Order: sequence, then C-alpha cells, then structure tokens
Amino acid sequence: MLRLFLAGLAILFACLNANAQDGGLQPILQDHQEIIVKSSRKTIKPAIDALAASGLPQAQVMLETWVAKDMWMRKSDGLFFAGKMAEGRSYELTDFDTGKVVGTFEKSDLKQLKPNSGVRAMIGTALVQFQLTDPDRKKRLAALKSIQRDPEGALLEPLRASIEDEPDVDLKAQKQRLERLLTIGYDEDVAARVAAIEEMSNDLGVDVRAALNPLVATSRKTAADLPSDVNVAIILEPGSEALSRDDAYHLLVASDLAAPHVLPDDIRLALAANIDGGRVGGVPVAQLNKTTARAQAYSTLAEAGIVPALVTEADIDMALGAHVFFETYAEPSVEVTAAAEKALKKIERKVGLNQTLDLTLDAVSLASIYFLAAIGLAITFGVMGVINMAHGEFIMMGAYTGYVVQQYVPDHTVSIIVAIPMAFAVTFAMGVAMERLVIRWLYARPLETLLATFGISIALQQLAKNIFGTQARPLTAPGWLDGAWVMNDVVSISYIRIAIFVLALIFLGMFLYIMKRTRLGLEMRAVTQNPRMAGSMGINPGRVNMLTFGLGSGIAGIAGVAIGLFAKVTSDLGNDYIVQSFMTVVVGGVGNIWGALAGAGMIGFLQKGIEWMNPSNTLAAQTYMIIFIIIFIQFRPRGIIALKGRAAGD
Amino acid sequence: MERSFVAKNPSVLVFLTILSLFTLGVTVLSEGFGIGVISTSFVKTLGKTLCLCLIAVAMDLVWGFTGILSLGHFAFFGLGGYMIGMWLMYERTRLIVVESLSQADIPPTPAEVVDAIGTQIFGVVGSSEFPLIWSFSHSLTLQLILVVVVPGLLALIFGWLAFRSRVTGVYLSILTQAMTLALALYLFQNDSGLRGNNGLSGLQNLPGVTVSQDVVSLWFLWASALALGLGYMLAAWIVSGKFGSVLRGIRDNEARVRFLGYSVEAYKLAVFTLTACIAAIAGALYYPQAGIINPEEMAPIASIYLAVWVAIGGRGRLYGAVIGAAFVSLLSTWFTGGQAPDIPLGFYTIKWVDWWQVLLGVSFVLVTLFAPQGIGGLFDLYSNQRHPDRHGANLGPDEGALREKEASL
Repeated sequence: MLRLFLAGLAILFACLNANAQDGGLQPILQDHQEIIVKSSRKTIKPAIDALAASGLPQAQVMLETWVAKDMWMRKSDGLFFAGKMAEGRSYELTDFDTGKVVGTFEKSDLKQLKPNSGVRAMIGTALVQFQLTDPDRKKRLAALKSIQRDPEGALLEPLRASIEDEPDVDLKAQKQRLERLLTIGYDEDVAARVAAIEEMSNDLGVDVRAALNPLVATSRKTAADLPSDVNVAIILEPGSEALSRDDAYHLLVASDLAAPHVLPDDIRLALAANIDGGRVGGVPVAQLNKTTARAQAYSTLAEAGIVPALVTEADIDMALGAHVFFETYAEPSVEVTAAAEKALKKIERKVGLNQTLDLTLDAVSLASIYFLAAIGLAITFGVMGVINMAHGEFIMMGAYTGYVVQQYVPDHTVSIIVAIPMAFAVTFAMGVAMERLVIRWLYARPLETLLATFGISIALQQLAKNIFGTQARPLTAPGWLDGAWVMNDVVSISYIRIAIFVLALIFLGMFLYIMKRTRLGLEMRAVTQNPRMAGSMGINPGRVNMLTFGLGSGIAGIAGVAIGLFAKVTSDLGNDYIVQSFMTVVVGGVGNIWGALAGAGMIGFLQKGIEWMNPSNTLAAQTYMIIFIIIFIQFRPRGIIALKGRAAGD
Repeated sequence: MERSFVAKNPSVLVFLTILSLFTLGVTVLSEGFGIGVISTSFVKTLGKTLCLCLIAVAMDLVWGFTGILSLGHFAFFGLGGYMIGMWLMYERTRLIVVESLSQADIPPTPAEVVDAIGTQIFGVVGSSEFPLIWSFSHSLTLQLILVVVVPGLLALIFGWLAFRSRVTGVYLSILTQAMTLALALYLFQNDSGLRGNNGLSGLQNLPGVTVSQDVVSLWFLWASALALGLGYMLAAWIVSGKFGSVLRGIRDNEARVRFLGYSVEAYKLAVFTLTACIAAIAGALYYPQAGIINPEEMAPIASIYLAVWVAIGGRGRLYGAVIGAAFVSLLSTWFTGGQAPDIPLGFYTIKWVDWWQVLLGVSFVLVTLFAPQGIGGLFDLYSNQRHPDRHGANLGPDEGALREKEASL
C-alpha cells in the first residue's frame, strides 16, 4: 500500500515537473550553462538533478550523448547540441529537443564537453532512472545490475517509480527485491527500513547479507564519558576477553588520550641520539647490552627532560580507569540495528544449515572421486591381493587416451563417448600384458610385486613425459557438463561432479553385477579363495587372474577419463591418487566392494570436515587425515568392513 | 667354539679396507689436500653417496634381514637433516646478525639479537617469531642429540603402534608410506615452523669456519666414510650374533619365531628404531653437503628408491646394499647430469636425460624377475657360493622371506 502511494506520488511529481519545463531541455541546459561547461564533480550536481527531474524523454538521449563526449556547445550563442563528425574538421549538430539537424559547423566554432570520470559516474546514476523504464528489456536489466553493483540512496525513488509499470514478471520480481534492499540501506523512514529488514530475514542471498552487514558494523571508540548521541552496541571492560589491557591502551593512544608506550626500539634510538663522551645518562655505552642498564640510562635521560618518560603500569591503570571503552554502530538508529542483528542471526542459522548441506555434497563428490580411483584397486589389490603401484599410471593413461581421442574427434560429447571404451581397451591391454609378463611370476611375493610395479610406474611416467611433454594437457568436458546446479547462494554443485557421482554409482552396479551374476565373477571369487581347488574344478586360474587384473586396470583407465575432465592431465597425475586409493581400500577393508565404498566415504567426509575446520590449509587437512587413518588402522586393522571366516584367507 | 667377529664376517675387513683406500684416494686426488684431479663438487657427490650407502645399510637391516619393507626411512633421513640444519642455519645467521648489529651505536641486547635472527630466518614465510621446535637450535650439542632422538622417537611411536596391532607385509609398507606422506605434507606448510617449501638453505657454510669449501667437502667426506664404516660394522655385528638369527627368523617365518617364545614385536621395534637413528645420522651428514633441504626430499618416492637400491644391490647382504646405493645413485647422477652420450638411432635420438628413468624402471623389473640376488650375486659366482636347492620354494612362508635364489648356503 505504502509503495503504491509512493509510486503514485512519484508519478505525480514527475508530471508536475514536466509541465513546468514545457520549454524543453535547452532552457535547463542554459540555466546551468556555466557549471556544465566547467563540469567538475563538486559543482555539477544541480545541473544533473535538474535534467533528471525534468522527466523529459529526450533527457536520456542528451545524458547519453554527454557521457559519450559527443555533446558540443556552439560558441556563438552557448547552445548545446549533439555533434557528429562530418567532413574534414567540421561537425554536424543535432538539437536535443527537436531531434533535427541544425547544420554543420567548423570545429573552431564549437567546444566539446568532456566530463571527467567523476562527473560521468554521476550522469550514469541519473541515467539509471531513464534506463529503468526503457522499452528495451536488456537496458532495464543492465540498469538493475548497475544498481546492484553500487547501490545508492538517490536511486531508490526512481526504482520504486519504475516497478509499477514493469511488464516483465521476472524483472519485476528483481526490481521489487532490489527495492527492498535499497530500502534497508537508504530509506529515510525507520519503520519502513525495519519492515524491509524483517521481510528479507528469510532470504539467503549474498546481497541481503551485504545490505545488512554495514548496518551492524561497529567501531571501537573510547572517551572520558559515554556520549549520548551515538548508537552504542556494547560497553567493553578493559582487561576482559573482548578487550585486552594492551588493546585498550593502544586505543587510548590512537585517540590521543594517553602518552604512547616507549618501545624498546624507541629507547635504543633515544639512547643512541644522546651518547655523550662514550656515556649515556652516566652509563658507559659498552654496558648498554642489557635491558636493565638501558632502562636505567633512559630514566636518567627522562629525569633530565630530554626524552619522554616511560609509561608505567600505574599510568596505564589510571588512564584506563578514567575512560570508557565502547563499540558504536555506524548506523544511528537503534531500531534498525536491533532489527538487523536479529535478521542476521536468523539468516546465519539458515546459512549454517545450508553450508552443512553444501559441505555434505562436496564430501560426497570427493568420496565418489576416491571411489572411482580406488575401485580398480579394489579388484586388483582387494580381490586378488596384488599390490599394483602402477595403478596411478593406469589412471594417467586413461586420461591421456581421452586427450588423444579429443585431438581426432572434435565434438566433445562424441569424443567422451568414444574415449571411455578406448581408455578401457588401452589399460585393459596394458594390465593383461603386465600380469602375463611380470605379476604372474610374483604371486606369492607381494613385496617384490610392489617394487616391480613401482619400476613399471616410473618407466610409464617418464614415457608419458617423453611423449606428451611436461605441460598439462586439457581434456575438455562437453558443453552440457559446464556450469553448476545452483540451489541458492550457498548450495551449489557443478554438473561434472554430479556426473562423476553417477559414474561411480554405475561402476558400483557393474562391479556387483560382474562379481555376483556372471560366470567370470564366480570364477574370480573361486580363484581368489582357493586357486588349487578352483583349478581342480576345471577353472583355468591363469586365465581368470589375467582377466581380473585386466578388468581392474581397465576400470582405472575409465576413472582416468573422468578425473581428467576436472583435473589437469599431466604425467604425474597418478601420484596424486595412488596413496589415497590404497588408503581407501585398506581403510574400507580388503576384498569387499562395500568396504571400498565405505573407505572412500569416510576419507571424503573426513577430508572435507577437516578442511572446513581449518579452511585456509588443505595441506594440514591431508596431514591430519593420514594421521587419523594410521590411528584408525590400530583399532580396525582389517578395515571398516572386515571379511570373516574362510573368505578372509586365514 | 667361539669364532672372532672378523672371522664370522670376512666381508667387514674387505669392506673397511676398500673404504679406507677409497677415502685416501679421493683425498689425494682432491683440490683441498691433493693434486686437484677431482673437482670439489664431485668430492661432495662422493661424500653424499657414502651417506646414501649408510642409509642403504640401515634399509638392508630392516628389509633384507628383518623382512619389513619400510617405505619411510627417507623421512627419518630428512628429519636428521632438518635437525642439524636448524643449528647450522641459526648459528650462521647469528654470526651475520651480531656482525651487522655491532656496527650500531648501542650494543645489542641478547633479545634483540634473537629477534633479528628470527626475522632473517623466517622472513621468507612471513613471520619473525621462533617456533617452539627451534628452542634448542642455539646449541650444537642439543641439536646433535636431537638428530638421533627425534627420528628415533618417531620411529619408536610409529613402530609400536604398527607392530602391536600386527600390521605386516604390504600393509605395513603402505602405512609407512602414508606416514612419510603425512610428514612431507606437514612440512610443506609455512606454519610448520621449518620454513615450508623453502626448506633450510645455506647449510654448506659451516658457521665460524673460514677455510674454503674444497677443504670442508673433504672433512665431510671423511666424516661420512667414518660413519659408513662404523655403521657397517655395527650392522655386521648385529646380524652375526643371536639377535641377527632371530631377525632372520622373523623375516622367514614370523609365526614360528613367536611360538618359540621370542617377543617378535620387541625385536622388530628395536631394529626399526635403530635403523631410523642410523638413517637420521646419514641424513645429518648428507644435507650439509647438499647445502639445502626441503620437504620435497622426503616425498614417499625417495623411500621407494631406497628399496630399489637395496634390491638392485642384493638384499640380505650388507655389502649388496652399499654396492646398490653407490652404483645406482652414481649412475643416476651420470645419466641425469647430461654427461652420458646420446644414442642416435637415425630416426630418433635417445637422450639419456629423458630415458634414464625408463631404463631404471625396466632394469629394476628385470632384476626382480630374473636376478633377485642383485649385483651382490656376482660375488657368489666368484666365490663359488651355491644356493640351497629347495625346489623353488622360499626360505619361509612370510612375505619378506628370502627367495631360493637370494639365499646362500
């Protein structure tokens, strides 16, 4: 109701103005000719206000022309026109009011108006009110954005006036929201501001908090007596937790209410300045390498009045006792600050809840990355017991396969679809070759396997470096994976991460299907539990081991394509994941896919949780996580989900 | 009949003779005291190699004789380097600071000197306060004690936790690797108090020593050779006695040793901690010769390389570890230093800087597969040592047990 009334008032006001200025723009310009020509930020305000208040449609064109430095003054009569470069050094002038060309003039007869950046900003503000009602939707949107970028009290009225006639529903909502925010900051009526604050206290937007925060910003002050004309937030006691004695005294010094501490450095400089025949204040210079000797020399100087006296504890106590310390709001109105505090508290609670949700989503996505990296290992290490240090290099090879495919298939969607089976094929072949040539001979020797596969790992890394160079290669995600799913200003998750989560789920399903529902899975389980018995039942253990290892390696390759989509593809890509992958499998419990899932979940959530507690330091987060895992293994040496009985292998 | 220590370990005498001759030879050929055939930087490389041989001996004790594949011994090596580096850096900075402050009108107070040192050392990580871990850095004696105590204590705590919960085999390897990674990541932080990824630098300048690096490099070579000689004798003494027999028993069949009534955990813990201390001493001698230490040196991959050296040299024999470390690290310096000649194949030129890693990786796989006894096996051929004929079976059921080909009668 109030808004409607104000809008009506504004329109009425505009009409009145328009009637008063029937003569068009030129008379207004002439009224302010002098300040327009001189155009300084300090003096130009009346001219711009008058132009903006005229409500004339041509004022918009005129202001735009002015900002663009295309406005010229005819020296002969001092009239202003829009100028356009004509032939030679002459300009074609157009009248603002009639829009008609008045003729072409030599440059020497004209004066160009070049507003400086300060003036241009003011003109821009004045222009906003025209742009807010511009028929072009794009211009209206641009005007709204510019108000959001730097809000100002003067824009409140034109914004309110423009809401009523806004035809676009979406824009109208945006305008109303912006009007509320401006009301919070700039309305003259306290009740209106409080109402606006309460209305917005359910909103999670960053802009709402940006509008509220300045209202509750406080500054620390001190005075002999508490002043009555300020909005005091809190009175502080010196020596309390909120205000230490030192801080309180510094505040006094900063407000020129007490003598500054004489710092050790000042003492040294003062002593150095007063050396007199190898002595300072009677103390030989050579003895001044002790604090006590320096203090003695300094106090002698102070007694002589050469240097300011030291500030003693008693001085400090007295100074602190004689003053009050308090924090004041910059905002004078108590009602507004109280409402803002309350609203912010409410918003904070909601933000906290949403941040938890956001953190959970982050952790889930990190967990699915670890799961993806570890699932191949869960097969080779978890099921077969083969420790493959080259697993990270298989991930790297998968990512490079994706990169190479993209060099030949330009369409990103198609190239990813091609790259996934290609990566599987490449790493499957690599895994089978490695199993046949190396690992097969070392089945009973896990430590030797570890070292031999490490040898393969450094050879593969160096080969990749020789082929692809040391710089990172891009593996570009298809366009439809760009961007993020934004729930509100706090919670958002990028589509790539969702895709990786889905991919992890698909892998989980595929793994379960192969292990539980296929002949190969049955044989795999048989061979890993008891190879001799399996062999006597007609299963070829060599072939099954080869295929199992190939499968694990192939999955690592596909994981590589997925990881390459969000990480840079380099030859040491695998290094970043190998230790975490082993951790995931060990923590989760060897020989069980649910264990790998639980391990990935635990590590993902743990890492995000620690990062949240100490956001500035991701290195520390990783350190603490590894320490936690080492301790965790103490209590559950076989991982979260431990196999029992014969399946455990002992 | 009780045989003498040397009689039981003929290799010790040979080794010590070769080591002394080598040290003497380098001294004579050096720039500092001799005829200047060997450059000072190469003397340093040789000195560093001796330190690497020492940590390889430690690794052989823990892996070759006890069967614990530790991937964390380079962390202890680095910690030892950090401990000595703290004193070197503190003392050298102190001398510089005192020198510059003595120019001032008023003599500095002790507190001012310490503040100035702090600003000098920690300015690079945006701090000037001495962290708690630098409390003893003013004293060489205390810091030398810390060289052994800090890594030893870390090994003791970690080993106690790990062995007590019966973590063995590859799990232990992964766990030690994780420990190394955690330590390296921790030291990478700027607020770890050890200057983050800048590390400690300028360690080659001994405070208060004015003689040139030509001479200092030889001092360190002698110290490294002495440490290696003593370390080798200690290791040989340990493995030749009853203690050594128990260690070998644990390596080949831990369960049986436990059933015989030995406290397997105590033995493992003792050897793990002792080798950590040896590694730390090696590190404390290595980094003053290298001149700089940073967390990059402690990355898990370094410890895996250590295992590679020992495996290539031949595990389960001390001289094998020394040969492996010296051979691979010197060869690696030669290849990566760009001194090895390129091989033109017509269509492609093999540059060893790019291909050395591939060669190393592949030859390592080949050694593991076909010559598990490593370079040390060549001595068996020479001395007609034969392998036991166990029809392809290992010496024991455990993961770290020696293989038929690795063992000798």
